[in-house]
Amino acid sequence: MIKAEGLLKRFGRATAVDGVDLVVPTGTVLGLLGPNGAGKTTTVRMLTTLLRPDGGRASVHGHDVVRDADQVRRVIGLTGQYATVDEGISGRENLYLIGRLLDLSRRGAWQRADQMLERFDLVAAAGRQVRTYSGGMRRRLDLAASLVGEPSVLFLDEPTTGLDPRSRNGLWDEVRSLVAGGATVLLTTQYMEEAEALADEVVVIDGGRVVAGGPTEQLRARVGGQVLHVRPVCDRDLAAVAQLLGGVVDGDHVRLPLTDSTALTRALWLLSRSGLGIASVDTKVPSLDEVFLTLTGRTS
Amino acid sequence: MTTATQIPAFADRRSGGGPRAVLRHSLAIARRNLVQVRNDPGQLLDATLMPMVFTLIFVYVFGGAIATDQHTYLQYLMPGIMVQTLAFASRASGIGLSVDFGNGLMDRFRSLPIGRSAVLTGRVLADLCRLALGQLVMLTFAMVIGFRVQTGPLEVLAALGLLVLYGFALCWVSAYIGLAVRSPQTVQTVGFLWTIPLQFGSSMFVPTATMPPWLRAFSSINPTTLVTDTSRALLNGGAYGVSLLGALGWVAGLLVVFIPLSVWQYRRRT
Repeated sequence: MIKAEGLLKRFGRATAVDGVDLVVPTGTVLGLLGPNGAGKTTTVRMLTTLLRPDGGRASVHGHDVVRDADQVRRVIGLTGQYATVDEGISGRENLYLIGRLLDLSRRGAWQRADQMLERFDLVAAAGRQVRTYSGGMRRRLDLAASLVGEPSVLFLDEPTTGLDPRSRNGLWDEVRSLVAGGATVLLTTQYMEEAEALADEVVVIDGGRVVAGGPTEQLRARVGGQVLHVRPVCDRDLAAVAQLLGGVVDGDHVRLPLTDSTALTRALWLLSRSGLGIASVDTKVPSLDEVFLTLTGRTS
Repeated sequence: MTTATQIPAFADRRSGGGPRAVLRHSLAIARRNLVQVRNDPGQLLDATLMPMVFTLIFVYVFGGAIATDQHTYLQYLMPGIMVQTLAFASRASGIGLSVDFGNGLMDRFRSLPIGRSAVLTGRVLADLCRLALGQLVMLTFAMVIGFRVQTGPLEVLAALGLLVLYGFALCWVSAYIGLAVRSPQTVQTVGFLWTIPLQFGSSMFVPTATMPPWLRAFSSINPTTLVTDTSRALLNGGAYGVSLLGALGWVAGLLVVFIPLSVWQYRRRT
């Protein structure tokens, strides 16, 4: 479990993080969402013992990030915004180094390096210097390096920024499999889609403060739930459709708020029994982008 | 990417921290830095080719003017050039640390449960290997162009030992600069600048007899002079008791000041 209470960090006069509270229960994913300069990275750096908070406190699995920093470092893995691997040595050497620093024996560290190379599809490039790797390969190696110690808590700071869709999906799958294995994940992102795809809960920060938080669906509901749009083939059927479903006519379609989980199937069942000609049926979901816009008053 | 499979490599994970763990971690980091050098041997040029070029310039351009003939000057100059080699090569400690901070690699090291001094010690240990190699290369090069050791193998070993020890101390000064100054470019400049007065205000290139009194006074306590004079006596023959004590005093002093200072700066830096 990751816990932060009133976390505060100042750089000179500027307050980068201004009293952030968050909780990530064990085995769940929290998406820390916010625009550039919102304080996401600074928060992660404090939680991973890289930066000392100026106020508040935080703990990982009950270990205080300041007092028991070494205990925290034993359970966490960190994947930073930029691939933090040594470009001048090979991928295999990078992973071996991390294994040795985590107190594996020489043989154990080589074995572990080879396992990770296989798992992250880097076997063919294992002996090459990292400077020859593509962006996607570096990210994979970076994530592999974070996972050498089998951390139970993983911090991912904008892990897919700059990745192509295929690499991004691969990384998402990897995160999902880690969570399925019991890992706790804190993920920062600027992409609403990423938070929706991975996170159980979302905390939105802006200007160093939490502006909203909660389960992803709940946050979306604050801006409005799903809405069904039904467009009949003939406009003269609009009133009939509206009456049948209990919705309202809006231009060329009928709008119906989906208030509970059975509302959609009920509407479709009614439509199919009525024999009316229907051109299209759409569910409209407010995106987290819209949520974000509503909460912070500006676009991400 | 394939799905995760849990593999019990950690069954053989060693437990326990303490000095042994710090040593193990330092050696792992030193290995990484040496693998870097193996992949990019150009990193050895500052410890080998650069001082060779300086030797040739000093011997063949200035040599005749400074001493009676070039060979006499080569005998005088060579121990000094070996000290200069240390000054050149030790800059890599600071530059390397600065680059590691710049590209975020330090974040990875600092998020691992390893001793704070391991990253620094590892860096300096690797540079110590570069320094020692540089000294051997320079001594060989000197012999090829006509330098002759006037003493025995024990004295040669003692000279090399003192030189590497002084280089070790310089690496810690360099490390501190690398941690205290932000950009790698500035680290390069500062790491070069501070060695200039120490090099030229010494007996490294010329005898100090013709210098004005204030410079002679500076030169007589300058560690470069003390290390150079000692090495000169050990390789060419002569008395070295006083300068050796002074040199060892400087080495001890630099280490006592700059190791804790570097570790402190490393902890502080964000």
